[in-house]
Amino acid sequence: MDGINKYYLGVDLGSTTSKAVIINDQDEIIGRGITNTRANYSVAADIARDEAIYNARFSILQKKLDDETKARPEYKKYITDLESVFQYEQFKVRLDKLGEELVKTCKAFFADEKKQEEILGHLRNIRRSFKPVIKHDYLYNNLGAKNQFFRDIVSEKYNEEVNKLDLSLFEPLMTVWDKSISPAENERITFDFQELVHKAMDELREKYKNLPDSSLDNESVNFDAEMNLLKGNFDHVSESLREHIDEIAVLEFNITNMTGTGYGRALLPFPEDCIRSEILCHAFGAHAIFPETRTVLDIGGQDTKAIQVDKYGLVTSFQMNDRCAAGCGRYLGYIADEMSISINELGPMALEAEKEVTICSTCTVFAGAELRELTNLGEKRADILGGLHKAIIMRAMSLIARSGGVFNEFTFTGGVARNPAVIKYLTQLVKENYGDKIKINIHTDSIFMGALGGAMFARRNLNVDLPSNKKEKVSIN
Amino acid sequence: MAEIKEAIKENSMVIQKDMLAGLFKELSTAQETGKKVVYTFVPGNLTELILSFDMLPVYPEINALQSGMRKKSAAYIREAEKIGFSEDVCTYVKCDIGMMLTGNIGPTGEKLPPPDLLLLSYTGCFTFLKWFENLEKLYPGVPVAMLHTPYQEDGKITSDQIEYMVKQLKDDVIPKMEKVSGKKFDMKRLSKMMENSAKAEDLLVKVLESAKHKPSPIDAYFAGVYYIGPIFTAFRGTEAAVNYYTELYNEVQERIRLGLGPITPEGELKEEKFRLVVEGPPNWTNFREFWKIFYDMGAVIVASSYTKVGGVYDLGFRHDPDEPLESLAKYCMGCYTNMNLPQRVNLLADYVKEYQADGFLINSIKSCNSFSAGQLMIMREIEQRAQVPVGFIESDLVDPRYFSYANIKNRLESYFQMLGQRKVIMAQEATI
Repeated sequence: MDGINKYYLGVDLGSTTSKAVIINDQDEIIGRGITNTRANYSVAADIARDEAIYNARFSILQKKLDDETKARPEYKKYITDLESVFQYEQFKVRLDKLGEELVKTCKAFFADEKKQEEILGHLRNIRRSFKPVIKHDYLYNNLGAKNQFFRDIVSEKYNEEVNKLDLSLFEPLMTVWDKSISPAENERITFDFQELVHKAMDELREKYKNLPDSSLDNESVNFDAEMNLLKGNFDHVSESLREHIDEIAVLEFNITNMTGTGYGRALLPFPEDCIRSEILCHAFGAHAIFPETRTVLDIGGQDTKAIQVDKYGLVTSFQMNDRCAAGCGRYLGYIADEMSISINELGPMALEAEKEVTICSTCTVFAGAELRELTNLGEKRADILGGLHKAIIMRAMSLIARSGGVFNEFTFTGGVARNPAVIKYLTQLVKENYGDKIKINIHTDSIFMGALGGAMFARRNLNVDLPSNKKEKVSIN
Repeated sequence: MAEIKEAIKENSMVIQKDMLAGLFKELSTAQETGKKVVYTFVPGNLTELILSFDMLPVYPEINALQSGMRKKSAAYIREAEKIGFSEDVCTYVKCDIGMMLTGNIGPTGEKLPPPDLLLLSYTGCFTFLKWFENLEKLYPGVPVAMLHTPYQEDGKITSDQIEYMVKQLKDDVIPKMEKVSGKKFDMKRLSKMMENSAKAEDLLVKVLESAKHKPSPIDAYFAGVYYIGPIFTAFRGTEAAVNYYTELYNEVQERIRLGLGPITPEGELKEEKFRLVVEGPPNWTNFREFWKIFYDMGAVIVASSYTKVGGVYDLGFRHDPDEPLESLAKYCMGCYTNMNLPQRVNLLADYVKEYQADGFLINSIKSCNSFSAGQLMIMREIEQRAQVPVGFIESDLVDPRYFSYANIKNRLESYFQMLGQRKVIMAQEATI
């Protein structure tokens, strides 16, 4: 049945993250994929796309079983869990690849056999100690708010382990790491969905089998009603779902058309007519979710864009930051590094501010210096971060003013839209400057807005400006 | 047949090249031949008056833009910064001063003579005043003539203003010219030259207005800057200029007859996809790259404000042989940057309409206050009035450090896609 369905892909190759979205004939998002944009854009795009397709298979599964899951909530739980474990299985394959690279680098780098053996020994120990931790995080959804990209997860754990060792080992172990992570990350790995999903089902079986007997006895495990239903029943659930899972695993997934967008769009291996500016895509994506949108603010890794759109979702004018990317996502990343915290912790910490310390937003590096100075002067971290988040928005407000101001409705998109403190100050300043009546939209999919717009253009292109020879079907997997 | 056409097409370019080569040759030998040299500016220039004294004009901003195109400006700017000019100073000024400091070698590789007179004929740009103050120090003892040009604050040129300008010409500028050149002012000669001026001006207007045709036979910005060369610099009032514009006009007429699009450095533009009105000077350091982004996307500039920087002839002004000094006064006050902002908005909004443009684009120049002030307001006004998508990019005149190819290309690509998308949707709307 799904074989005749048409799917459309949008890939947004940003400076920091690469996103992919798959939509169906009704413009509904059925798959999302995101990864870090690495040195190799093509790999980043492939990974984001593959992830979106895997995610699409799971969401098609959910949809198929919609009626049944309403009656049996444990089905839904099982599928969600299965997707997490499936992701772990993918992670494991790449981790093995990293392991090989580490060994290879170590052998090439240390000529002295004894030294080589010593470092290899440490590498094995490190791997042994962090692998179960990561597995547990995946299986029990403990990755939390942290970045869930391979590089981030592994490097955090690797660093933790290296820091436990003698200081003299720091340099050699980090050198080996630096030389190994990129090749491991940049290799395109093709997974067999069916094989991997079966492995994941086995893994899940183990997980459920080892669940504690009663929820009453154990408060530490994240127990919920659905989990309770699954307990003791998982074999039955798993068997009733197996047929459906096998069906979606072999589902032929035809991408009818696709659009590439984002900072690295010119480097995407897409036909020229399938490449579109991210400004248009963000606007179109925002318009799709919130059709009344007239002003869009997008803050990405290195760009801030203020866009005005009309009732068709078409851009009428836009302004972008020129010459300097202070106030964008990378600025926050730099500040997080300066403070030795994760980028996702910045916003929540800034929300605790009692006042906003005035801070410069014109230069990322200077802001870092200012931050250290302010800390020395005794300013509270939360207050500094409050000021910093406000500064970002002040900068965006000037860009918005240049683009013509804020008109109802106002939609905020891009990776930075996930930051609660940014949202707080944006809301505050938009209302202060343009009135209380402005409706501010922020969607949970804000980071995918560009890719969504791209996918929507891909769907519409068929009827408009694409010559018929570009309509060829692109079959993936 | 085709070969002959090809030759005709390029004839005006050859003529212009020869004209410029002749001028720079003459300048390089001025000290031997005893010809007097006047340094002056393009906006509101008094070329006929200078030529009527048999003196030769030198335009520092033209030299600066030529240096930019010949990739020499970065080094000149560095020279100027070495002696204390700040990063934010107009890059024309720094480029020009740097060139003078390093031997004053002009665009043709020949040495430019020092000035015998510094004629500040336009004060609408405050930087010009400071520029000449600096030149005065570089060439101590050289007489300076300053013509104070009233700004069109109320959007019109009044008779009092004309009187004020003519008085300055009579009391200060002309006597200084007589002294420097050793010649008596000849009103008849000036008047005769103005007949030529008006002829060339008529032809230029026709050439620029040819862009109202679809497809446009010319690019009124990137090629336009070449078209305005002779008339805005040393040749207005000469027969050579009339000949050049006659040739150019005929070429353009022929292109219209054949239904041809504009000539680009890579040949003829085959398909006119977008028609644009552009405000602001072009970038000179990456002129070809900049132009290429446009013609690669099938974008033609049908009208621009920059080609009016030496005079907005399409609004009707012509040099008048019957009142030479008054027309010099009106000319000085009528140049584009001397118009107030509402006048500029009106002009540009009319351009969008009359030239049936699909969009309006601003190239904002980091180091040019005369142009940049008010540009955002202009953009908003045009967007509302003309109801076309507007675009905004930033670069600089001759400082290559401020030309970011990737950023500009990214914005222009988005802008053109925006125009393209609009065309498609509007066409769909029209059929529903």
